[in-house]
Amino acid sequence: MTLEIIGISVLWLFLFLYVIVASIDFGAGFFNAYSAFTNKQHILTGIIQRYLSPVWEVTNVFFVFFFVGIIGFFPQTAFYYGTTLLVPASIALVLLAIRGSYYAFATYGAKINHRGYIYMYGLSGLLLPAALSPVLAMSEGGFIKLDDGSPYLDYWTLFTSPLMWSIVVLSLTAVLYISAVFLTWYANKAGDEKATDLMRKYALVWAGPAIITATGIIFELRGHNPEHYARILDLWWVFAISFLLFVGTVYLVWKRRNYGLAFILLVGQFFTAFFAYGASHYPHLLYPYLTIYDSFTNEAMAIALIVAFIAGLGLLLPSLYLLFRLFLFDKDYVKGKSDYHA
Amino acid sequence: MLKGDRKLGIEDSAFLSRILTLLTLSFHIIYATIGVGVPLMIMIAQWVGIKKKDDHYILLARRWARGFVITVAVGVVTGTAIGLQLSLLWPNFMQLAGNVIALPLFMEVFAFFFEAIFLGIYLYTWDRFEDQRKHLLLLIPVALGAAMSSVFITIVNSFMNAPQGFEVLNGELVNISPLLAMFSPAVPTKVAHVMATAFMTSAFLLASIAALRMLRGSDHVYHKKALFLTMKLGLVFSVATALIGDFSGKYLAEYQPEKLAAAEWHFETEEEARLILFGVLDGEDVKYAIEIPYALSILAHGTPDSEVIGLEEFPEDEIPPLWIHYLFDTMVTIGMWLAFLSFVYVVAAWRNWSFARTKLFRWLLLLSGPLALVAIEAGWWFTEVGRQPWILRGYMKTSEAATTSGQVDLMIILFAGLYFILGVGTIVVLTRMYRRNPVEKELAAREADKGGDRQ
Ligand code: HDD
Ligand code: HEM
Ligand code: HEM
Repeated sequence: MTLEIIGISVLWLFLFLYVIVASIDFGAGFFNAYSAFTNKQHILTGIIQRYLSPVWEVTNVFFVFFFVGIIGFFPQTAFYYGTTLLVPASIALVLLAIRGSYYAFATYGAKINHRGYIYMYGLSGLLLPAALSPVLAMSEGGFIKLDDGSPYLDYWTLFTSPLMWSIVVLSLTAVLYISAVFLTWYANKAGDEKATDLMRKYALVWAGPAIITATGIIFELRGHNPEHYARILDLWWVFAISFLLFVGTVYLVWKRRNYGLAFILLVGQFFTAFFAYGASHYPHLLYPYLTIYDSFTNEAMAIALIVAFIAGLGLLLPSLYLLFRLFLFDKDYVKGKSDYHA
Repeated sequence: MLKGDRKLGIEDSAFLSRILTLLTLSFHIIYATIGVGVPLMIMIAQWVGIKKKDDHYILLARRWARGFVITVAVGVVTGTAIGLQLSLLWPNFMQLAGNVIALPLFMEVFAFFFEAIFLGIYLYTWDRFEDQRKHLLLLIPVALGAAMSSVFITIVNSFMNAPQGFEVLNGELVNISPLLAMFSPAVPTKVAHVMATAFMTSAFLLASIAALRMLRGSDHVYHKKALFLTMKLGLVFSVATALIGDFSGKYLAEYQPEKLAAAEWHFETEEEARLILFGVLDGEDVKYAIEIPYALSILAHGTPDSEVIGLEEFPEDEIPPLWIHYLFDTMVTIGMWLAFLSFVYVVAAWRNWSFARTKLFRWLLLLSGPLALVAIEAGWWFTEVGRQPWILRGYMKTSEAATTSGQVDLMIILFAGLYFILGVGTIVVLTRMYRRNPVEKELAAREADKGGDRQ
């Protein structure tokens, strides 16, 4: 393995973790809003808040890790993506900021339960993946162009691109599907039957759209970026495994069996698809300008970063384990029997 | 190297990028300072409470922790904004810096992780342990994580002021040494000063809250204990701040003499240099200023007869704006004043002098927190503006570093709106939170169910 590949794998892994934890977070907000809208709010709010409250900051750090890490390992990306993403990334930042801080304001501070607020919070959970996911489309090339040596984003081409829109739709369905499966499991652990049933229903509803849109992207790519498409076909068997894992999840949820395993299979499904997609994108960071090789940092820095990363993990993994043991796997906490908030 | 062609558009977007950076950093730094300092204050209060078996201090820690969650949340989201904005607004700088100074930025993220994880645990395990000391232990990683994140980011900022750890060969960076870049000569004074000021500011901010409650007529011993504790801490850290600030001046004299000279309106290199306080500038003539003989030589090198380099030795276009003089004066004046104020209060409280209980004196105490924040802002503006025209001193100019995007102006409006909402939100939520659950009520409730004192 070269340093470049270690670097991109680490970043891709953290992006994947962000996708999973953020999807749970974004989707939870949406389901909460939707159930408020249909007057079923009391069923979900407790479950959702109990999971989100201690972990939302951690979710955010995964995102920070990714964008700090990519500048560290691949400084050239700052030039292309930094310049062109000013507007979309700023919009995403504003949404993230309002969402994060108002979650804290509402749940720790002022105990706001106003409907308008709940709707806004839910809506922001959908707008965010919609604002973040176009970056994946941009990396396929054709949207970032050069003008006299400085890159710019061709908004018209981007907004009329079926590829961009299908990635946006995929991000939405995936968010809702991931979140629903997770919350089914969490609600079941909490012994809350009503919430489990409701979330199970949502999980089944969103399973179909999620897999259809995911497949759709592969076909969109055929027209947009044939080179990438061909590489995806080479990896068809990984996508097949991913599909089997998907079937497994749906089966278990359908049969109301072992929701924990169902969620693990779901993580496996996204993990395989995400890494196969990433591998087929290799070596490009941005078609056709940037590859992981020509944008890579110097060797001294790369080694320093990897050493720091390993040391960091040594610190992080036990801490995360403690967090999960106390809040995700602690029966009393999950069931809401113990409230020890400051 | 990296000579940017001076197109009009680039100058414009550089200026606008500066405005947006100024806006975001000035806002983030308020919350970041609280984020670094307050965990230590909570820790001390909780520790005193456990030691003295005094419920008041435990409650103090708990109530501070509740407010802290709100400020951390805003600190996190504004930090995320500035973190991403660095790449969005200064892509050329980040491309270059990424090669040399990415290591501390990367390590900072682990500090965030550490802090975020344990903060979640700390907040949701109040009274979960039989032994309070175990709970206190959980706060240590929070305080450590916050402190380390400020250390790492300050290391990055030090690098911008005193870059080292690389060589430039035909416009390429070679021989890069990440560790050498991390430990630039600016690090010791900068890191120490930033930490001391964060602790000092947090102590005074918390003292302000107690002073406010007393001004509003509360006579509860809880507030007296809070005020006495925070003022003692304020005294310790403001004295430390002034001492370390003096070392910062010596650092500047050695490595960034143009910044010191601009701050002091020191035009000609001379020995036995006088220090100029306040005043206005008329060409090169200083008017209405207070002059302290030898003081600048002492600040710069520690002896009254040493030589201090003046602005005449630098090319016209590499001299920082001269108005940083006022920023420096503001910071130093506030620092001296707060050290004095807290000293007077601590002595008065100890000797039980009655003037410390007057309305006027409590007003002064109330103002101490906001003043400390003003000093923090003045200090950062001073270092950052004082580095101009460089973004990376000696290597890259700010104007060469900026984005070429034409939409920065719109983003300024967008983020100004965001910070307005967040700022107002913080104030509204914090006041509502404490108003709804005043300490008297909470103390009474705790009295009522002694034994299990969760709410
Ligand atoms: C509560 C805030 C506060 C207070 C009371 C002071 N400072 Fe300060 N100062 C800061 C907050 C600050 C800061 C915000 O933390 C800065 C900005 C960047 C940095 O490294 O620290 C700073 C920078 C800074 C610098 C520039 C360092 C550089 O550019 O590398 C000097 C020379 C001083 N300070 C000196 C002093 C002195 C002599 C003080 C006398 C009491 C003083 N400061 C009080
Ligand atoms: C990687 C780190 C940093 C980068 C790339 C950076 C870059 C910049 C740039 C280019 C400016 C504009 C200069 C100007 O307008 O005069 C600026 C200003 C400023 N920075 Fe830094 N900076 C960094 C670190 C910090 C840190 C850690 C702080 C502390 C909070 C800080 C505080 C400020 C402030 C308050 C200003 C506004 C002053 C002004 O108007 O110039 N900066 N920064
Ligand atoms: C260029 C300057 C800066 C950048 C790029 C930056 C970046 C960030 C980021 C990305 C976060 C969010 C982390 C998360 O998701 O948890 C954050 C939060 C934080 N930052 Fe900053 N920061 C800067 C300046 C500073 C300075 C000067 C300090 C300390 C003096 C500081 C202290 C903190 C702390 C303690 C937090 C945690 C949140 C809190 O406790 O309030 N930062 N910063």
